[in-house]
Amino acid sequence: MTTLTDDTLPTTPRAMRDEMTVFVVMALLLAAVPFTGVYPFFVMQALCFALLACAFNLLIGYGGLLSFGHAMFLGTAGYCSAHALKVWGLPPELGILVGVAAAFALSIVTGYISIRRQGIYFSMITLALSQLLYFIYLQAPFTHGEDGIQGIPQGHMFGVLDLSKPTVLYYVVLAGFLAGFLLIFRIINSPFGEVLKSIRENEQRAISLGYRTDHYKFLAFVLSGTLAGFAGSLKVFVAQNASLTDVHWTMSGEVVLMTLVGGLGTIFGPVVGAFVIIAMQQYLASFGQWVTVIQGSIFVICVLTFRRGVIGEIAHYFRRSL
Amino acid sequence: MQALYAQLLVGLINGSFYALLSLGLAVIFGMLNIINFAHGALYMMGAFVAYFLLNLGGINYWWALLLAPIIVGIFGMILERTMLQWLTGLDHLYGLLLTFGIALIVQGVFQNYFGSSGLPYAIPDQLKGGMNLGFMFLPIYRGWVVVFSLVVCLATWYLIEKTQLGAYLRAATENPTLVRAFGINVPRMITLTYGLGVGLAALAGVLSAPINQVRPLMGADLIIVVFAVVVIGGMGSIMGSIITGFALGVIEGLTKYFYPEASNTVVFVLMVLVLLVKPTGLTGRAA
Repeated sequence: MTTLTDDTLPTTPRAMRDEMTVFVVMALLLAAVPFTGVYPFFVMQALCFALLACAFNLLIGYGGLLSFGHAMFLGTAGYCSAHALKVWGLPPELGILVGVAAAFALSIVTGYISIRRQGIYFSMITLALSQLLYFIYLQAPFTHGEDGIQGIPQGHMFGVLDLSKPTVLYYVVLAGFLAGFLLIFRIINSPFGEVLKSIRENEQRAISLGYRTDHYKFLAFVLSGTLAGFAGSLKVFVAQNASLTDVHWTMSGEVVLMTLVGGLGTIFGPVVGAFVIIAMQQYLASFGQWVTVIQGSIFVICVLTFRRGVIGEIAHYFRRSL
Repeated sequence: MQALYAQLLVGLINGSFYALLSLGLAVIFGMLNIINFAHGALYMMGAFVAYFLLNLGGINYWWALLLAPIIVGIFGMILERTMLQWLTGLDHLYGLLLTFGIALIVQGVFQNYFGSSGLPYAIPDQLKGGMNLGFMFLPIYRGWVVVFSLVVCLATWYLIEKTQLGAYLRAATENPTLVRAFGINVPRMITLTYGLGVGLAALAGVLSAPINQVRPLMGADLIIVVFAVVVIGGMGSIMGSIITGFALGVIEGLTKYFYPEASNTVVFVLMVLVLLVKPTGLTGRAA
């Protein structure tokens, strides 16, 4: 099996320092957004997708598992959070908890099924499972089918943070994104993450060294799915709806595209990719179906000539790990 | 009972498409080590080529049945020569991503010009009408689709399993380097194989045009079901793909009759069950 990132540098103190520096710069830039006049809704949306892409990247970039069904976690958590907030009237923090718990449960079930096959079959299975869920949500009464769950109350988080105020909501979403990002960062640099990388590089050897690789892959899948669910729950507060588009395979494809553009197996790549793709959709919205064509072309170009992605190329040029 | 037989027939027809498509996927995977995500889009192109031939060139269904697979097959071979061949030696997943991108482009272009609604394609005169079989009324065209697909599937099986060309193909699947050393042009064989797989998809598209209308997204959802079929059957055996395809179509048809709510999901549920009981798929070897 050929490797995804051709020059994985070992985790050295210097690499850690570089990555922390970039992280602090990114956090400061994002924290300054409300003062710059940039449309906060756009940035919040991009942050949710960035977290989703980072969660996806944990699986592909570090575990070598290409999930083509990550929309199912986004959509499931979104629907469950939306239902908890609107119908049960739960406060925001519990609404998020319900969504994340649902994604956690779903990732345990789907992980148990899909981890049984590797490589290309794994991708097809995750795609088929998410399509299965799509049809279930299409027919289930609580999702309101084609209409989706709309007009979700934003409420007061912890009783004090009024999420209907854009600035407050922005910082809550940003805090959620940074927390999720740091968790993924921690996972990647943990001994668990190192084992995961070794499975990606050479699974047979990892098995021969005594690692039960299936357990590691399963745990990575559950972590990735749960974090993707967290992104879905946050997105509910931004979009104030939960709809079928979030569970559709096109959404799973977009997450793959974001990560590919930013750089598979890079820490900051998925964030950059998410901003690029969301911005592109925003600016090209008037072109209708041509957006699909452009996305397809980006896929083709990335795979043929630009496999390292934006951040991967930069990291390669400077011989740094990013 | 009439309704049951009718759904069984619909199941057999869907099964024909599953069989033709999963057969093509299996052949392509064997030679190229790529899962062709563009398969659904190329199936759609087959239907559109038939539509164009009829409406722009006045070329009838029977010629379309021959020409559409050739035209789409050539398009596929151009894709293989210009793009897919560069992925040799890379991780499998890049093939999936590249063909996914191709599928988005092709579907997006057609959607842009033809929207999402269906274009009608008339049943050829010779196949119009129906037969009363006593227990059910059989529309001749539908019966034709099932019989013709079965013949094409079996012919493909014969080509690959029983002929000299097929023997080269199977040998090249096992060990391309060795086959090349015997003086056989393996890259050309790979291109032709891709053309063959794609041609089968286009043929299925032509067959489905009079039944399901011609729509830009007709292949998009179908391909995901076909992936599930492939996971269930495994890609190790040609005959396995054919049998699994038809069997799942029939099961889906029966579900439509007995429990219609689950007809969209039954193939996926079966996939889950097969994975739990026999992770390698019904005919597959350990991957």
